Amino acid sequence: MVKSNLRQSVAPWLLSMPAFVLFLGLLAVPMALTAILSFNAFDGMRGIQPGFSLTNYISILSDSYYHELFLRTGAMALGVTIICIIIGVPETLILARMRPSLQGIFLVVILGPLLISVVVRTLGWQILLSREGAVNSILLGLHLVNRPVQLLFSMTGVIIGLTHVLLPFIIIAIWTALQRLDGQVAHAAQSLGAGPLTTFRRVTLPQLLPGILSGAIIVFTLSASAFATPAIIGGRRVKVVTTAIYDEFLNSMNWPLGAAISVLLLIGIVFVVVGSNKLVERKFKQVFA
Amino acid sequence: MALAFHALVAVFIVAPLVVVVLVSFSDKGFISMPFGGASLRWYREILNAPELLSGFLLSIRLGVIAATLASAVAIPAALAVARYRFVGRDGLMAFLMSPMMIPHVVLGIAFLRFFSVMDWTGSFVALVFVHALIVMPFSLRLTLAAVIGMERDAENAARSLGGSRIVVFLRILLPLILPGVAGGWVLAFIQSFDDVTMTIFVATPGITTLPVALYNRITQLSDPVTTSVSTVMIIGTIIFMFALDRMVGLDKILIGKK
Repeated sequence: MVKSNLRQSVAPWLLSMPAFVLFLGLLAVPMALTAILSFNAFDGMRGIQPGFSLTNYISILSDSYYHELFLRTGAMALGVTIICIIIGVPETLILARMRPSLQGIFLVVILGPLLISVVVRTLGWQILLSREGAVNSILLGLHLVNRPVQLLFSMTGVIIGLTHVLLPFIIIAIWTALQRLDGQVAHAAQSLGAGPLTTFRRVTLPQLLPGILSGAIIVFTLSASAFATPAIIGGRRVKVVTTAIYDEFLNSMNWPLGAAISVLLLIGIVFVVVGSNKLVERKFKQVFA
Repeated sequence: MALAFHALVAVFIVAPLVVVVLVSFSDKGFISMPFGGASLRWYREILNAPELLSGFLLSIRLGVIAATLASAVAIPAALAVARYRFVGRDGLMAFLMSPMMIPHVVLGIAFLRFFSVMDWTGSFVALVFVHALIVMPFSLRLTLAAVIGMERDAENAARSLGGSRIVVFLRILLPLILPGVAGGWVLAFIQSFDDVTMTIFVATPGITTLPVALYNRITQLSDPVTTSVSTVMIIGTIIFMFALDRMVGLDKILIGKK
């Protein structure tokens, strides 16, 4: 009896030991080392200095360059999120109403690119957004502009690229919320006399809101931490937090400063995620209580 | 009207991929459309780009080993989480899924620092292990779904007939969850092969993966070889998507539809 109870409580931990040890050694330890590194000072000549120091954090928090950097990154992420919501919500609704055969094809077409490396997708945008690229050709052809617009190496271009990369994520989130919808509630509303627009606005949309918010959180955090797309499309002209980290680590070799920027990025993201999750929880309670 | 909007969105999603494939067939020496004349010269040119070729081979080796390692570690973990109630189960699950929550840039520099402290910089084995770590959540998610969705009748019958745990695991359980595990493997492979944001920090000249080599070529040289290599990657991914669909059903992976 006792032996079987012991086995019951030990078995799951034995089974998960490989994963747990791998993660402890290769995830927890490196993260802890990074946090520690952020508190080291750096000397251009002699490298990383041992000993506790707050210089990195003081440099970042007191320098307007970094304030702008974080604000720019946050604004970019917010812009991408809003556009993804505006495009994603109607698109998911349209997808949901399709015939199953068509629906399957389009789901693969729209979500499949997630399986293709972000470098390849961003390369496509680098070509499309160039002066001779398709986007400018269309704009010129429609006489919306007189000269090619500078989209590469601009924030606009980066936002377009990031929207493309992250749109599938919000579609997945809204789709999941749509699946959980109770069709009967909408039917009940319509049988009580509500028109389709009212039904959508007062019955369907509130139920979708938690899903939209979850998707928005995912898109926001992924944009704020995106590297390849801002690096390729934005280049040197559009600096965001991730490319600044790259510069410190691989160009300036000031690892402690890079580590401090990373820690602040992580804290910022955790802050946004936890805060927004609380919002989603409240919405959920309002909708389903 | 809704159809027009939808068509625009579909075009928006597919456009960059189509452009890359088109440009790869151009015969000019710079990035341009092949409408003047098409040629396979940029595919032949891949053979003259050693860093792309070796990157391709390295990425495949890396992906295969990392996905296998991740799956091997995910199967017992999935069994533990699915079948036992124990203190810390939720915490363990969150811990094991956490690589998906942490920005890859942060993971990249954390590994870079860790490798330099342990003197593992430039080690292929170390790269395999961190790749296994970041793709494990994908393998775990699909394996867990397979374990949870599994009918336990055959397993219970085998146990009651006296089968030992090992035998039951190998001959009953594993075959039953194999589609889910295989799907998890393929997804893990794809994620490992595609990864650039984390890998770019730990890659060294000896262990440069294809996406990293591609990134470097795009930012430094910017010639059409990048498009022909990318087209090969796109075709490869499409083939894997067919494989995934066979094993688990693409719908299930992309949106969790049953």
